[in-house]
Amino acid sequence: MNAPATVLAVEGLKKHYPVDPNVFGRPRAHLRAVDGISFAVARGETLSIVGESGCGKSSVGKSILRLDKPTAGTIRLGGTAIESLTESAMRPLRQKMQVIFQDPFGSLNPRMKIRDIIAEPAVNFGIATNRDAIDAHVQKLLQLVRLPADAGTRYPHEFSGGQRQRICIARALSCNPELIVCDEAVSALDVSMKAQIVNLLARLQDELGLALIFISHDVAVVEHLTHRVAVMYLGKIVEIATRRAFFSGPKHPYSQALLSAVPRPDPRQVLARVVLSGDVPSPINPPSGCRFRTRCPHAFARCETEEPVLRNAATGHQVACHLDQ
Amino acid sequence: MNACTTEFQTGGQMPPDLFEAERPRGPIALWVRHHPAIAWGGGLLVLMACIALLAPLITSYDPANMTPMLRGKKPSWAHLFGTDMLGRDVFARVIYGARISLMVGFAVAVIATVMGVAVGIVSGFFRFADTIIMRITDGLMSIPPILLAIALTAISRPSVTNVIIAISIAEMPRMGRLVRGVVLSLRERPYVMAAQAAGTRLPKIILRHILPNTLAPIMVQATYICAAAMITEAILSFIGAGAPTNIPSWGNIISEGRAVWQLRPYLVFIPAVFLSITVLAVNLLGDGLRDALDPRMAKRV
Amino acid sequence: MTLLQVEDLQVHFRTPTGVVRSVNGLSFAVDRGETVAIVGESGCGKSVTSMSVLRLIPTPPGRMAGKILFEGRNLLALPEDDMKAIRGNEISMIFQEPMTSLNPVLTVGQQICETLRLHQGMDANQANARALVMLQLVGITAPERRLQSYPHQLSGGMCQRVMIAIALACDPKLLIADEPTTALDVTVQAQILDLMRDLQKRLGTAIVLVTHDLGVVAQTAQRVIVMYAGRKVEEASVDALFAHPMHPYTQGLMDAIPKLGSSLGSESRTQLAEIDGAVPDLRKPLVGCAFASRCSRSTVLCTQTMPMTQEKASGHWVACHHVESEKTP
Repeated sequence: MNAPATVLAVEGLKKHYPVDPNVFGRPRAHLRAVDGISFAVARGETLSIVGESGCGKSSVGKSILRLDKPTAGTIRLGGTAIESLTESAMRPLRQKMQVIFQDPFGSLNPRMKIRDIIAEPAVNFGIATNRDAIDAHVQKLLQLVRLPADAGTRYPHEFSGGQRQRICIARALSCNPELIVCDEAVSALDVSMKAQIVNLLARLQDELGLALIFISHDVAVVEHLTHRVAVMYLGKIVEIATRRAFFSGPKHPYSQALLSAVPRPDPRQVLARVVLSGDVPSPINPPSGCRFRTRCPHAFARCETEEPVLRNAATGHQVACHLDQ
Repeated sequence: MNACTTEFQTGGQMPPDLFEAERPRGPIALWVRHHPAIAWGGGLLVLMACIALLAPLITSYDPANMTPMLRGKKPSWAHLFGTDMLGRDVFARVIYGARISLMVGFAVAVIATVMGVAVGIVSGFFRFADTIIMRITDGLMSIPPILLAIALTAISRPSVTNVIIAISIAEMPRMGRLVRGVVLSLRERPYVMAAQAAGTRLPKIILRHILPNTLAPIMVQATYICAAAMITEAILSFIGAGAPTNIPSWGNIISEGRAVWQLRPYLVFIPAVFLSITVLAVNLLGDGLRDALDPRMAKRV
Repeated sequence: MTLLQVEDLQVHFRTPTGVVRSVNGLSFAVDRGETVAIVGESGCGKSVTSMSVLRLIPTPPGRMAGKILFEGRNLLALPEDDMKAIRGNEISMIFQEPMTSLNPVLTVGQQICETLRLHQGMDANQANARALVMLQLVGITAPERRLQSYPHQLSGGMCQRVMIAIALACDPKLLIADEPTTALDVTVQAQILDLMRDLQKRLGTAIVLVTHDLGVVAQTAQRVIVMYAGRKVEEASVDALFAHPMHPYTQGLMDAIPKLGSSLGSESRTQLAEIDGAVPDLRKPLVGCAFASRCSRSTVLCTQTMPMTQEKASGHWVACHHVESEKTP
């Protein structure tokens, strides 16, 4: 029987954080980091979630991984609903999804040897039990991520940022997961390192059939790794499309502003830039109707009263905007 | 127009070094040079410990042996620090007194650390226990440690063991607070979250990921507790609430010398100097450890 | 007219693990009203260079050599009091993290007035009036209200605008911007870069922009200096650099940047061009060209002799033994 095609399906996910506690400790308001999003990721596919700071993309990552408990919604990992499982029920399912974080210096325990770091997931799930099996497993992974074979005996501080991310990738692959969540995995790396790591992830995905959720604020990097793009703003997905559809013609005004704001490495190219006015509103009190209307150059009356929902604008291209009707 | 000087371009050589090459030294000398506080503080402490351990070899006098004929003698070659008002040799008493101070200091440091770490970890990981434990430690900390120790020794028989227990209880809350703070911040580190995502169970997370990374602040705090414990013990002995009077401790010696300190000032000053040096050594060691282990200092330039 | 001239700058640091040679013989010049970008990856020495202009390098672990001539005066030889009169007054600096570069316990108005009262000798009223003008200049809405705000009440973009206001308050001749937009969102970055370009046109301040982002460089700078391992490997006008990069490191960097829209020509994902290897350890003394181990063109000569900086085209300087003058990206 083939593995199910959909590795992860998220429906109506919400994550609210209580803020502003009163004298009894009860919160007076909620920070609506994620406010109702839905998407699915298939085997061998990369879905990128892009957005700027405060849009909730990191909270999405943590909720999917069940490092946080979502406030509402369903998360189906290979058919099993995981949003309200207890930690002990969740543990065996963790083998299917792993994570790579942004900070290469905080992602590795400075007191552990590389071999132990990489072996930890495999040991937890019983994939390698005795010393020799573990050593062989670690060697295989080091080769896969193109690290030297003697790296296992060394400590994290002996490696550079790019090498540490490779170690994180090796750790994430250690228990043979189906899905890896990359939470800004290349954002802290230099240009040349970014290129190496992005290429490595693409190659591993092709070889191993991994599903990737790539969370990033860097739209240009995303283009080289992703199959589909979801743009988030203030806790909602405003556009979700295939790579070609998105990069050839984004339809949501925020996506257009985002793409036009990326500085092009070409001094002759003068783009008509969509300039957004003002600052991002607070996620504690988002604007009524369409959340983007306070900064949107095309906002009109309907945007204030009615919140737009994601609608099919073309094949493989959904937008949440009133302009599209 | 920009001008590129070519002074260092000719010959394709690197520009000269700005620092003289360090004279090659042995690894130990190099380590001492880079960690002076640890070297000096640790060295003094080891010296004190040796003096305490080897007391019977250093002096042939029995610190409890009273020779009323020789009481109140000034320092001489026979009695290096003189004799006290009961005719006991002060040098012997001070040397043996080191045992008490060091023993109390280390014991309290160990006990308070173990208790504090346990409390801190439970507090840091279990929210419901945290509120209760923090209110208890708040209560304990609101009482000055010396008063707390006095109260605890007052309700028990005077003995060195009870002094150790009393001071440990008084010092434990601070260690607990510290460990709790470190645990709370470590829980948010990406490698701990990655371990959780990798299916590692909580006991293993605590043992492998949290504890080893709390060692640095714990060690530093333990040295400060040791120094505080030594002083507290001396104060307790000074006011008579500490070690029993037949056991020589620096506080006891100072206490006994208090009555005649204008006539025989050395009875007070000599043990005080020894106490000061020991506490200074422990504090130096703590400062040096803190500087050496602080991750911020280890950041690359 | 040359405003700043750096000659053979060297900055070394003594660390417990060895001497780190951050900058090894760097020379460049900045004219009045010009924007020069210093570009490189982490560890290349660009931030150290920017801080050494204002002598912000702590000199116990660090030592500097060479000359930094500002309007003819050598800043490295000035007494500290004279240097203080220059900082914030004739040469200003803005840093990477706007949220932590402002004092959290002082209001915005107090922080702008501080530099005005110190350098221009203004009294409270004059300083406040000028602070208001500065806030308007940097495009902050409701500036009267913002004068009383604390930094934590402002967003990242607004904090950076305030930083720029403080830096330009005394009308400096030179502004050094060390990765000013790296910590900001891309839409905010676009606003800040627009602002800096606009202010430069209006006030005529020269800008030294330190960054790792070639896109930012292309949109903002007039001349570009590419640094690698503490040395300058290429210097050119921005048009010449992007049209004909000559040094293999510059070419590699240009190829490695992800470019929007580059994948539209193919059905499947496109790979990013890579530069093999990693930056050398600056604690080890370098022999020959620092880039030799990663370069496809390197020969025995490259491993033995450090290349000289030569003018390969008008105003285009390259430090490489094997420059191919006609290579286009």
